[in-house]
Amino acid sequence: MISIQNEDFDIAQEYAALRLRAGDAGAIVVFTGLVRELYDLAGHGQQPDNVDSLFLEHYPGMTEKCLQDINAQAEKRWPLLATRIIHRVGELKSKDQIVFVATASAHRHAAFESAQFIMDYLKSNAPFWKKQKTSNSSAWVESREIDQVALDRWKDQQA
Amino acid sequence: MLNIQYFASIREALNKNQEQLELPATVSSVQELIDYLLSADPQFESVFSENNKVLVAVNQIVVNRNHALSAEDEVAFFPPMTGG
Repeated sequence: MISIQNEDFDIAQEYAALRLRAGDAGAIVVFTGLVRELYDLAGHGQQPDNVDSLFLEHYPGMTEKCLQDINAQAEKRWPLLATRIIHRVGELKSKDQIVFVATASAHRHAAFESAQFIMDYLKSNAPFWKKQKTSNSSAWVESREIDQVALDRWKDQQA
Repeated sequence: MLNIQYFASIREALNKNQEQLELPATVSSVQELIDYLLSADPQFESVFSENNKVLVAVNQIVVNRNHALSAEDEVAFFPPMTGG
C-alpha cells in the first residue's frame, strides 16, 4: 500500500494496520526517514543550523507508478506478507517525518533487506526533488554518489 | 500534441512547469526534441548544458535520448532524483 501525502503520519497507527494485514508474519521492520538539518550544500557555504525548511516536489502520476514498481520488485525478491510506503511532499520542517517504509515477512532477514531495498530504490529512482531553504537562500539538494552505490549493490546481488 | 513537463531546478530555470507542442516534423527522438527546443528558445541552453545532468521520462518512464517520440507523448525533463 502506497501513499504520497502532505500530511504527517502516525507510526503506531501504520504499524497496527500493517500487522493486521500481515497475517502470521514473524517479523515487521519499520523505517522512518526524518528531515535532517544538514544537507551537503557543497559550495553554498551554508551552516547546518540555519536550515528553515525543506520543500519536496514530485511528479504526480509517475511517483505513484515508480513506488508501485519498487514495491513489486521487493515482493518478487522476498516472500513479503505486507508492505507500506508513505512519502510526504510539500513544505517540511527540520526533524519532520518524511518517509515511512514497513515490510512484513515470516522471517527477519526478508523484512530487513526488503525495507532497505525499497529505501535505496526510492532515493534515486522515484521522482522526488528536495529544495532546502535557509533564512536567506534556497538550493536544490544534489543527488549523491553514495545513493547510487547503494542502489548498484542490489543489482550486483541479482546478477 | 506533445505535453512537455519540467520539474525542480529545470522548472525554475525555464520559469514554466509545462507546455504543449505540436510534434515538429524534424523530431522523432528525445535528442531531436532537445535540439529543437535549443534552437527555438535560448533559455534551454543553461538547462541542456554539458555540466547539467538532465533525466528524461516519456509517458512517465525514464528513457535514454535515443527513445522514439510519438505525437501524443508526455515528455518530462528533470534533474537526478533526491527522494527519501
